[in-house]
Amino acid sequence: MAHLSNTASAEFTQDRTMILNMGPQHPSTHGVLRLLLEIDGERVVRMVPDIGFLHTGIEKTCEAKFYQQVVTLTDRIDYLCPMTNNLCYVLAVEKLLQLEIPERAVFIRVMLNELTRIASHLVWLGTHALDMGAMSVFLYCFREREDILRIFEMVSGQRMMTSYFRIGGLSLEPPLDFYGKVRDFVKLFPERIDEYENLLTSNRIWVDRTKGVARLSAEDCISLGVTGPALRASGVDWDLRRDMPYCGYDKFQFKVPVSNDGDVYARYLLRIQELRESISMVKQALDGLPDGPIKAEAPKVVLPDREKMKTQMEALIYHFKIVTEGFSVPAGEVYQAIESPRGEMGYYVVSDGTPKPYRVHMRSPSYANLQALEKMCVGRLLADVVAAIGSIDIVLGEIDR
Amino acid sequence: MDTLISLAFLLIKILVITHVLLGAVAYTVWLERKLIGRMQNRWGPTRVGPFGLLQPIADGIKFIVKEDLLPPGVNKPLFLLAPLLAVALGLTSLAVIPFGESITIAGHTEALQISGITNPHGGGAIFDPNVGLLIILGVTSIGVYGIALAGWSSNSKYSLLGSLRASAQMISYELALGLSLVGVIIMSGSLSLREIVNAQSGNILHWNFIGGWQFVAFFIYLISAFAETNRIPFDLPEAETELVAGYHTEYSAMKFAMFFMAEYANMFTAACVATLLFLGGWHSPFEGISWIPSLPLPALLAAFVPVFWFALKIFFFIFFYIWVRGTLPRFRYDQLMAFGWKFLLPLAIANIIVTSVLVAMNLAPLGSK
Repeated sequence: MAHLSNTASAEFTQDRTMILNMGPQHPSTHGVLRLLLEIDGERVVRMVPDIGFLHTGIEKTCEAKFYQQVVTLTDRIDYLCPMTNNLCYVLAVEKLLQLEIPERAVFIRVMLNELTRIASHLVWLGTHALDMGAMSVFLYCFREREDILRIFEMVSGQRMMTSYFRIGGLSLEPPLDFYGKVRDFVKLFPERIDEYENLLTSNRIWVDRTKGVARLSAEDCISLGVTGPALRASGVDWDLRRDMPYCGYDKFQFKVPVSNDGDVYARYLLRIQELRESISMVKQALDGLPDGPIKAEAPKVVLPDREKMKTQMEALIYHFKIVTEGFSVPAGEVYQAIESPRGEMGYYVVSDGTPKPYRVHMRSPSYANLQALEKMCVGRLLADVVAAIGSIDIVLGEIDR
Repeated sequence: MDTLISLAFLLIKILVITHVLLGAVAYTVWLERKLIGRMQNRWGPTRVGPFGLLQPIADGIKFIVKEDLLPPGVNKPLFLLAPLLAVALGLTSLAVIPFGESITIAGHTEALQISGITNPHGGGAIFDPNVGLLIILGVTSIGVYGIALAGWSSNSKYSLLGSLRASAQMISYELALGLSLVGVIIMSGSLSLREIVNAQSGNILHWNFIGGWQFVAFFIYLISAFAETNRIPFDLPEAETELVAGYHTEYSAMKFAMFFMAEYANMFTAACVATLLFLGGWHSPFEGISWIPSLPLPALLAAFVPVFWFALKIFFFIFFYIWVRGTLPRFRYDQLMAFGWKFLLPLAIANIIVTSVLVAMNLAPLGSK
C-alpha cells in the first residue's frame, strides 16, 4: 500500500528487524532518493525505494513550449549529461521533420556527447569513491570535470545547462580556440585516468568492497529493464551507439567493453574502459572534423544567420516567424533512443501538427536501473547498499522528471 | 615546604601539558585540513589569518556560540555524560605519558611526565607508575563508553548503528592492539613507560621496532590504532556516507566539539604510545653515534632536545594518519571484523610466541646492553 499513501512507510515484518529511513536527505543517496530499509543488524532484509522528491513536471511543461524551446528543458532532466539529453530530443524531432544534418554538426555533436559521457562518468566515479570513503578521487575527478565544463562554457556560454544543440544542427559555430582546448584535454586525460586507477583498481580495500557485491545476472538485468554499463557489466553486449547507430556513430571506431561478473567492481572497470573509449572517440571526431555548415538547410525550422537576418527580407521573416510562432512539425509519433552514460535514454515525441508537442515522454535509464536496486541489496550489508547505489549511477532529476 | 613546591610544579605540569595537547589538537585539525587539501588539489583553510592559522580559533568560537540542541526523546543524563566521558578519558592517558627525561629549574628537578616524581631522597632518579601501559590501555578501553552511550542515548537509529559498530570494532581491535604490545613488554621486562623507553636508549638501531624485532608488532599496532581512533580506513562508526555522522549524528555545538577533541586526543595518545614503545621515545635516532657532533646548546634548551625528538616522532604519526586518510577507501563492517580477528589477532599471537622464543633462547636483540 506504500504507493497509495502520501509518504511511503513500512512496518517491520520480523521481531528482530528495524526500519531505517535512508534519505531523502542522506549523503550517499545521490540527490533525493529515499530508501526504506528493513535491517536485521546491518543486513538488509527488505528495501522500498521511494521516489518523487525531485518531481518537476518537465514532461508536462514540454507540452506548453514550442519545439525549439523544449531543448532547454531537456538539460534539466539529467543535469549531469545535458548534451546527451539535448541530442536525444533533437534527434527525435529531426526524425519527425526528416531533416538532413550536415556532417560537421554531426561530428561536433558526437564530440560533445562523448565529452559529456566523460564528465558524467567522472561525477559517477568521484561520488562512488567518496561513498566508499576514498575522498581524494572525488576531487581529482572534479578537477577534470571542470576542464570539460569550461569547454562547454566555450561553446554554449553555460557550464551545465548547455542547450547547445538545436533542431537542425547547432546553435553557434564553436569558437576557434575550442578545438585547441579539446585537443589539450584529449592529450591530458588518459594519464589522469591512470591516476584514478592507481588509487582504486588494485587497491585491496576497494576490491574487497566492490568485488562480488550487488551482483546482477544478465536475466535479471533484462527482466528489470536495466541498460547501460550495468547491463554490459552483466554480460549483455548491447550498446545503442553500435547496435542502433544514431548521429553518425557508425563512422567512429570504438570498442564496447563487456564483462561477465555483474558486480560493482565489474561496473567500475567497465566505466573506466568507457572513459578511455570516449576520449578516443573525441580524438577521432577532432581529427576527422569536416568543413561545412553547422545547420541544416531548412529555413522554416532553423534560425537564419545573424548576418542574413539583417540583410535579407526572407531571412528576417523566417526569423520572426520561428521565434514568435515556432514551427509546426508533421503529425506523427517517434521514439528515439540513444546511449546515455547511464543507459538507454529515450524520447517519445508525439506531434499533432502544431508548433507545440502533443506529448513528450522520456524513457530515463536511471528509473529502470533503480528497479534493480532491491535485487542487488537484499541480503547484503548496509555498506553494500551505498556501493550498489553508486554503481548504478542514478540521477534523481531523471527519475522523477 | 618541599611538598608544596612539588605540588606547585605538578599543577604547572598539568596545566602546561593539557593546554599544549589541546592546542596541538586544534592545530592538528588545521594541519589535517591543510595537508588533505594539498593532496587533493585544494588550498585548505586560507581565510582566517595567514595560511588560515587562526582557523582553529574561529572554529572554537563557533562551537562555543552555536546553539546547544537537545533533541527530543534523548536520555538526557547519558546524552550529556557521553561527550564528557569521551573527552575526559581522551585526556586522562596523558597523565602517565613521559615526554622526556627531566628538567632542572632553579635547583628543582622535575620529571617531564605528569605522574612522574623525582626521588624524594635525592639522587635525581625518576619514578613513574609501574603499570603506566596498563593505565593507558584501561583508559582507552573505557573511552568506548563515551561512544556507546552517545549512540544509545541519542534516540536515533543512525547513532545506534554507529555506536554498535564502534563498540564492536574497538573491542575487537583492542585485543590485537594489546597483544601487539606484549612483545615489547617481554623485550623490556616492564610495564613502566619510562623503563620501556630507557630499555631502548641508543640510536635508531636500538629501538624496539628494529632492534627488538618488533616490526610486526609495530605494524599490528599501527593498524589497530587506526581502528581504535576511528580513522579512515576504519572510520565505520562515523562513516558519513552510510550512517550520516554515526554516533554523533544528534550532537551539536560544544558537545560535538568534545567528541571531535576526544578523537584527536586519542590520535595523540596512540601516537605517543607508538613512539614510546616502538620508536625509542625521546631518544635521538643518532644518539651515541660518535661521528655525529652534538650541538652545543644552553642547558635549558638541551633539556628540551628529547622533547623535540618526541614531538617529531608524534608528528610523523599524525602525518601518516592524514596521509592514509587522503588515500584509502573505507572497509566494510564484516571485512573489518574478519581482518581484526582472522588476521591481526593470530599475527599478534604469533609475534608473542616468536618474541618469547627469541628471548628464551637468549638471542640478544640488536639493542640489548
